[in-house]
Amino acid sequence: MITELGHFALILALVLACVQATVPLIGAQKRWTGWMAVGDTAAGLQFVMIAIAFAALTHAFVTSDFSLRLVTLNSHSAKPMLYKITGVWGNHEGSMLLWVLIVALFGACAAWFGGNLPPGLRARVLAVQGMIGIAFLAFIIFTSNPFLRLATPPLDGQDLNPLLQDPGLAFHPPFLYLGYVGLSMTFSFAIAALIEGRVDAAWGRWVRPYTLAAWIFLTIGIAMGSWWAYYELGWGGFWFWDPVENASFMPWLISAALLHSAIVVEKRESLKSWTILLAIIAFGFSMIGAFITRSGVLTSVHAFANDPERGMFLLGITALFMMGGLTLFAARAGSMQARGVFSLASRESMLVTNNVLLGVSAFVVFIGTIWPLVAELLFDRKLSVGAPFFDMAFTPFMIVLGAVLPIGAMMPWKRGQMRRVMRQLVPAMVLALAVLGLVWAIQSGRSMMGPVGLCLGTWLVVGAATDIWSRTGLRGDVVSRARRLLRLPRADWGKATAHAGLGVTIAGIAGLLAWEAEDIRVLKTGESFGLAGYTITLQDVRRSEGPNYVATIADMRLSKNGNTISVLQPEKRFYPVADMPTTEAAIDNGFFRDVYVVIGDPQNDGGWAVRTYYKPLANWIWGGAILMALGGALSLSDRRYRIAAGAHKTVVDGVPAE
Amino acid sequence: MKRLAFILALIASPLFAVQPDEVLDDPALEARARELSTGLRCLVCRNENIDESNAPLARDLRLLVRTRLVAGDSDDQAVDFIVDRYGEYVLLQPRATGSTVMLWLAGPLMLLVAAGIALLYIRRRGQATPDADRLSDDEAARLRDILNE
Repeated sequence: MITELGHFALILALVLACVQATVPLIGAQKRWTGWMAVGDTAAGLQFVMIAIAFAALTHAFVTSDFSLRLVTLNSHSAKPMLYKITGVWGNHEGSMLLWVLIVALFGACAAWFGGNLPPGLRARVLAVQGMIGIAFLAFIIFTSNPFLRLATPPLDGQDLNPLLQDPGLAFHPPFLYLGYVGLSMTFSFAIAALIEGRVDAAWGRWVRPYTLAAWIFLTIGIAMGSWWAYYELGWGGFWFWDPVENASFMPWLISAALLHSAIVVEKRESLKSWTILLAIIAFGFSMIGAFITRSGVLTSVHAFANDPERGMFLLGITALFMMGGLTLFAARAGSMQARGVFSLASRESMLVTNNVLLGVSAFVVFIGTIWPLVAELLFDRKLSVGAPFFDMAFTPFMIVLGAVLPIGAMMPWKRGQMRRVMRQLVPAMVLALAVLGLVWAIQSGRSMMGPVGLCLGTWLVVGAATDIWSRTGLRGDVVSRARRLLRLPRADWGKATAHAGLGVTIAGIAGLLAWEAEDIRVLKTGESFGLAGYTITLQDVRRSEGPNYVATIADMRLSKNGNTISVLQPEKRFYPVADMPTTEAAIDNGFFRDVYVVIGDPQNDGGWAVRTYYKPLANWIWGGAILMALGGALSLSDRRYRIAAGAHKTVVDGVPAE
Repeated sequence: MKRLAFILALIASPLFAVQPDEVLDDPALEARARELSTGLRCLVCRNENIDESNAPLARDLRLLVRTRLVAGDSDDQAVDFIVDRYGEYVLLQPRATGSTVMLWLAGPLMLLVAAGIALLYIRRRGQATPDADRLSDDEAARLRDILNE
């Protein structure tokens, strides 16, 4: 019964989306306030309806209702409750439902909190959001219905893929979806602005919070996925340049570019048509990501739903929105004149450079991702494009970006002097070069990746500190400047934090790749060996039973100079229902290094296969991502987005009667 | 979207990729074998190199690489040996020959084009007359409307 209610609510949501997509649009064109206001109500109701459908599906998973096809395929009565809940979106149909729930959530947010938007713009934004809702709701209802029943329900389900039975599943997909779908809002704003034919500073200010939010969520989602892969896969890889990873990385790069170009629109009224174009492309990449993951055209480790019919439907949606958006853009872009005047050495120029680098690097990732398809279709060559290509083709962009970032961040608007900016950055440069020399001298004769990465990281972190310190003005003693530091707008702090975070991540990646050490061997109980100065002893191997799996657990003592640091307990699990084994690595986390151990199969001579990794600076990769997201959040909480943007508050002061 | 299921089939089995019995005694040779392995694709897997994969075929390929190295092949010879037998699909980094040259040139060319357009745009903005304070025709018309209302 509850399931049928959910199914009905989902269909009702599609009807509401149709209303939301048309009525406010006509209202905005004819300036009928009543019709425009329909958008707000429809957006709110649509969200409520999809939330009911989502709750109904969750209820079916929690109560293990195996008369539902989806629950049978992806759940099991013995599965822990956490994974029964996260299992709702651990499959194609359920994750699409989560996707439209978030589309509707963003629409509802624009309706609820968009009070300061002009009614016409709000109505058009909601209408475009409604169209996106129609497309994806129709996709769910016609090709991927989660509410299908089975005529003869089985006694128990087939269980969720054991690799997904991890707390990572609770957070990673929802955050990624918030990011992908957040970009649908910037798309809606761009289309609404094109229909209105008006892009100004106020538009830049309204669209920026949504872009920032989407970028923050993408940052967190990608970082969590990477961390999950790191501890779950059993050998500590954190990025594979897999098509599906690239599908999340491209929107991240484009939204980072959009984030910066929207600043130019907001503050200087330049780069308007470029920003609109980026907003359209960013959502395009989100949808291409959906297509890549769910169509199976590109072989990926993230196999999800390899169904050509669904693939065609998604490709159709993507083509429809992109062609519609780009046609509108072509027709209207000419009417958006840039206003600001700026010289070669200016913040504007540096932000253009940022956009060129981020845009072209996203293009490189895109070309590499789809090239196997292009080569097969056009040239009849079956080839692979993997990590070595991306490492070589993509990394140079990030190095250049890192090198110019601190300079660009400090360059004044309109007209600046390169020499003045460089003079302020001399300490940062000296420090970065010192780190380069020191690291190079210590490691003696290995690749330059480590020294260059750490040099770049130092340059970015100290550069960000220099930037924020310079914002306190060049005069005054240290104490008064430090006091001023605390009163700076949060956007300034956000900028410095996020830029420093990028530096930390770059240093982490370079350090890990340059100095990682690995050991593979057979070890008998009681034996020990050394790796990178640590001694690891296999103390015991025992068997244990979990709720829906059996495990082999090893006790391994990690010590240095005779002092025990910790006892690590790597596991090897076997899930009988899914008939699948998994590894649970044990990691000793540290600020400067991780020690990562994995237990393997028993050997004929009574020993155990053991793999151990020494991973320097590993946690910096995700620490830097957290800093980037935190910087975004600080920027988002800046005062200027909370006060009614663009609209002048009418403060009615009493006028003394005279 | 979804990296969701990500990891998913990645490594369907938790056996290690490189097994202890595969490791060569000569550390220099072993290091070369590992290096080559990361550039070769496991043909039956979804997107993994043979160094990470647990598939039996990946193991065979790893052993083959090691056999060739022990036999005295150079890195290039060993890779050529495998490409001859398994096709260029096995290479994770496609060779810049024929149509694949386009893949390698796409990035640099795009950068040149983008940088050129950006430079033109910046120079034009540098020479534009400052009209930031002036109203556009539309805005002037709107202002008139508002004032007349």
